[in-house]
Amino acid sequence: MTDKHLSTQFDAELSGISNRVLEMGGLVESQVAQALYALVNFSDTTAAQVLTQEERVNQMEIEIDRDLSAIIARRQPTARDLRLLIAISKTIANLERVGDEAARIARTVQRLINTGVSSRMRLPVSDLTFEADLAIAQLRKALDAFARLDTARALEVLKEDGQIDQEFDGLLRKLITYMMEDPRTISASIDLIFVAKAIERVGDHAKNLSEAIIYVVQGTDVRHTSVDDVAKAVENADR
Amino acid sequence: MDVRVELPTTEKVKIAVRGLNFYYGSFHALKNINLDLPERKVTAFIGPSGCGKSTLLRVFNRMFELYPEQRAEGEVTMDGEDILSKKLDVSLVRAKIGMVFQKPTPFPMSIYDNIAFGVRLFEALPRVEMDERVEWALKKAALWNEVKDKLNQNGSSLSGGQQQRLCIARGIAIKPEVLLLDEPCSALDPISTGKIEELIHELKTDYTVLIVTHNMQQAARCSDYTAYMYLGDLIEFGPTGELFMKPKKKDTEDYITGRFG
Repeated sequence: MTDKHLSTQFDAELSGISNRVLEMGGLVESQVAQALYALVNFSDTTAAQVLTQEERVNQMEIEIDRDLSAIIARRQPTARDLRLLIAISKTIANLERVGDEAARIARTVQRLINTGVSSRMRLPVSDLTFEADLAIAQLRKALDAFARLDTARALEVLKEDGQIDQEFDGLLRKLITYMMEDPRTISASIDLIFVAKAIERVGDHAKNLSEAIIYVVQGTDVRHTSVDDVAKAVENADR
Repeated sequence: MDVRVELPTTEKVKIAVRGLNFYYGSFHALKNINLDLPERKVTAFIGPSGCGKSTLLRVFNRMFELYPEQRAEGEVTMDGEDILSKKLDVSLVRAKIGMVFQKPTPFPMSIYDNIAFGVRLFEALPRVEMDERVEWALKKAALWNEVKDKLNQNGSSLSGGQQQRLCIARGIAIKPEVLLLDEPCSALDPISTGKIEELIHELKTDYTVLIVTHNMQQAARCSDYTAYMYLGDLIEFGPTGELFMKPKKKDTEDYITGRFG
């Protein structure tokens, strides 16, 4: 969106708020990465770091929502500007949830450490890393698509979400096998299932971001639409 | 520009415009306008200064005929009848299509006579019925309670917002079918504007309302349909909610979001 408003103030406000969204995105992305690091290395320090970031993420959600409400009240935006602001409101809610998932993972790590679980139990932690890398890549791609309002890139995120779901299913089966083989691993395995689920939800949030981007650019609400139908809508865009 | 959007089939067309071109001397002010205006709905016309929206409004009640160098070519029909036809008496057209202007224009007479004046041109009503008609019109224009005890006072003794409502009452007293409002609130304060916007909402139950406005938010608030015009062309026409949320043309979006040049 390169055309400028007659009001440079308005343009500055919109850029400002978009940049804050990207900043929040970067923050939660690193939270997820740190949470996984904490898990793989059973690092209590890193887990604690993730938890201290949570306060800041929540604060950003509140501040950005407050600022966008003020813009709507003062500028009475329409069309694309209004859609952008509505999408930002949804986006930051999704990003805050991503932060929550990272915090959940961090708390799980701390619990595992406190109950004496360690790498001796040969749990498939590295499989979780693979799933997490996929989810983080999706999130990064969605944020990149948001920065450039790039619907093609947003569509890619929607198409690739299935991979994460498959990874989760695979992990679930694997952990069930572990639990059946050795009941002593049940508690820790269940915790890892929750972690895997949290990672899968990060992927879902990246998907929600992508749907919002398509809404901003095309004005079409593609929530609850099949990927094939969304692809058609994006590829047939009028403008 | 050849743009015409089909109205939904649930809408009845009150005024149909086909191939309308308008000239001020040699200046081509309206270019091949094609438009269907829905009955008993509010249609707003927006666009920058000089786009032709007031010109278009003045075609509907043949105001341009007051000026010899202005001429309209093309077809404008209301309920199937060509209202531009020279065979049709212009005062009959204006009995069915009333107009309210930007600056309130009360006649230099009593409030009562302001309303009665127009009615007397078309109907010979006995006193009692005229009283009823005046009361009815003033109630419809949400002015009755404020003036019922001073109907003999001069119309210009009222405030700006009241004068404008008086002009609206005057317009509807002769029971037209269409009301043309040319920036009716431009000269009014926000509260008076709000009262008139409420009034417009009630008026559309009985009348087809066409409103020209510089205030886009007013168009967004008040109208069911919006037409965006630029330099004599009709750029886009559609349901107001859609036009302000997801306009079809980039030019429309640029205008309503404040991106010029």
